[in-house]
Amino acid sequence: MSYLNKDIETMPREQLKALQLERLQKQIAHTYERVECFRNRMDEKGLKPEDIQSLEDLAKVPFSYKKDLRDYYPFGLFAEPLKNVVRFHASSGTTGKRIVVGYTREDLDVWAECAARMMVSLGITDEDIVQVSYGYGLFTGGFGVHSAAEKIGCAVIPMSSGNTKLQIQNMVDFGATVLCCTPSYAMHLGEEVNRAGLKDKLKLKYGIFGAEPWTESMRAEIEKSLGLKACDIYGLTEVIGPGVACECSEKAGMHIWEDHFLAEIIDPDTGEVLPEGSTGELVFTSLTKQAFPVIRYRTRDICRLEYAPCKCGRTHLRMCKPQGRSDDMLIIRGVNVFPSQIEEVLLKTSGGDLTPNYQIVVDRINNSDTFDVNVEMSEALFADEVRSIESIEKRITSELRSTLGIGAKVHLVNPKSIERSEGKAKRVIDKRKLV
Amino acid sequence: MLTKQLSVFVENKKGRLSAILNRLAENGIDLSALSLADTSEFGVLRLIVNDPDKAKIILNEEGVIVKITDVLAVELDDAPGGAAKVIELLYQNDISVEYMYAFDTKITGKALMVAKTADVKAANDLLIANGIEDVTAKDIF
Repeated sequence: MSYLNKDIETMPREQLKALQLERLQKQIAHTYERVECFRNRMDEKGLKPEDIQSLEDLAKVPFSYKKDLRDYYPFGLFAEPLKNVVRFHASSGTTGKRIVVGYTREDLDVWAECAARMMVSLGITDEDIVQVSYGYGLFTGGFGVHSAAEKIGCAVIPMSSGNTKLQIQNMVDFGATVLCCTPSYAMHLGEEVNRAGLKDKLKLKYGIFGAEPWTESMRAEIEKSLGLKACDIYGLTEVIGPGVACECSEKAGMHIWEDHFLAEIIDPDTGEVLPEGSTGELVFTSLTKQAFPVIRYRTRDICRLEYAPCKCGRTHLRMCKPQGRSDDMLIIRGVNVFPSQIEEVLLKTSGGDLTPNYQIVVDRINNSDTFDVNVEMSEALFADEVRSIESIEKRITSELRSTLGIGAKVHLVNPKSIERSEGKAKRVIDKRKLV
Repeated sequence: MLTKQLSVFVENKKGRLSAILNRLAENGIDLSALSLADTSEFGVLRLIVNDPDKAKIILNEEGVIVKITDVLAVELDDAPGGAAKVIELLYQNDISVEYMYAFDTKITGKALMVAKTADVKAANDLLIANGIEDVTAKDIF
């Protein structure tokens, strides 16, 4: 078993907890001093950073939410002046308004280390050639694993996403041994490789796949079609990006790097911390972040934490795959989509005061997500002329694309044709089989 | 000359058209003209019927969206140039035709044409002033 940072990764839990407390106190003091929103919330509860005397005291500290990132957009939650910030990343928020996070040089080092620990655990070394097929840009995927691979000394192919033919050609020509992308894209690449009869020409050994939910059967399929060992990586832009938690070679849950991130499981309704081993909403507190610290950030991911030592020798706890969401967010082609965003687009484009009835239908066909929005036609929307109806359809389609960042197919359907239960229309039908 | 036309939204789904036409038939609605404008996603069915108001109520009860639109119903000479003469007149007077379709009539020797123009009233006045024959619902049915 190889480690990037053995002392930390195998640190006895008592010692790890002591390290966490020391860092937590510093992180809370740092955030309290520099982030007004957090300071106000602490003050409202009559809490001072000095009141945090144990890890259990964290339960008294107020939560933070994705909404905060929108409300304080762009830099209201930054804890460092922009002079110290060296990178931004951004993602779409719930209302089409983006959220933005910042990193200092040290933050980027921490991030690279987190994902690099995973790579080393899998057996990846400076001999490896890593093809990064996550998107590069404001999305954290591409740069996140890129820096990690460079840190280890791998030769990185910064492919970014898309252009499947060239992806496969580079994998073959450059002899890529590691592939990093979304699992659904890995499935697609696997199919195309086999269709082209190029599987024998591949040298892939490992795959690092994340940014969207996937299943054990997808894992088996990808491992077979690409001839590699497929591992899961988890992260959120708000917390740092991919690498907050990663599978080790045991493929038995994702280790959360507890020297940098403190995880809690809470009851999403009451906000109470649940006992070890419970299933509930995952909440993160960063311990070492400078530019964008997060304190008790509600991920909305529902999962369970495993505290038992892992066979790999690492003492850091493991999270199971998220089993769902405590809100109504959908992840479509790696992009976060909230039904409320669609509602807003419809209200804006329909020209009326009422939001037309709608239904989102998500499916996975040929390993890629399909995204359809059915909109009930109404007297207000209907016109005698085909082109005016078409223009409504087009306006909805283009607004959805610019708000969500991904394309949806819009269908105008008959009134009252969308299934209702107890008078309430069923908003989301997710046909993807993820279990 | 102005005639009430039903415009019906038809979802692109098997059996929709059939359901709409059957419902009208069951209620004794007589169709004299029909046109279907289609796109890959939906259709707009346009009908001239003997009782447009009743037809609208019947279809609304079925959850079908219907609009009643004023269109021109024009009698044409059933001879070469019959339609061309009317369209030319509208064109010369800068009235654009949004859509049109023809239908059969019980009046012998005459053809009928339904047209929707930008300004239906102005077009109507223009045609009357030029001696183009008026068609009323009574003539059609």
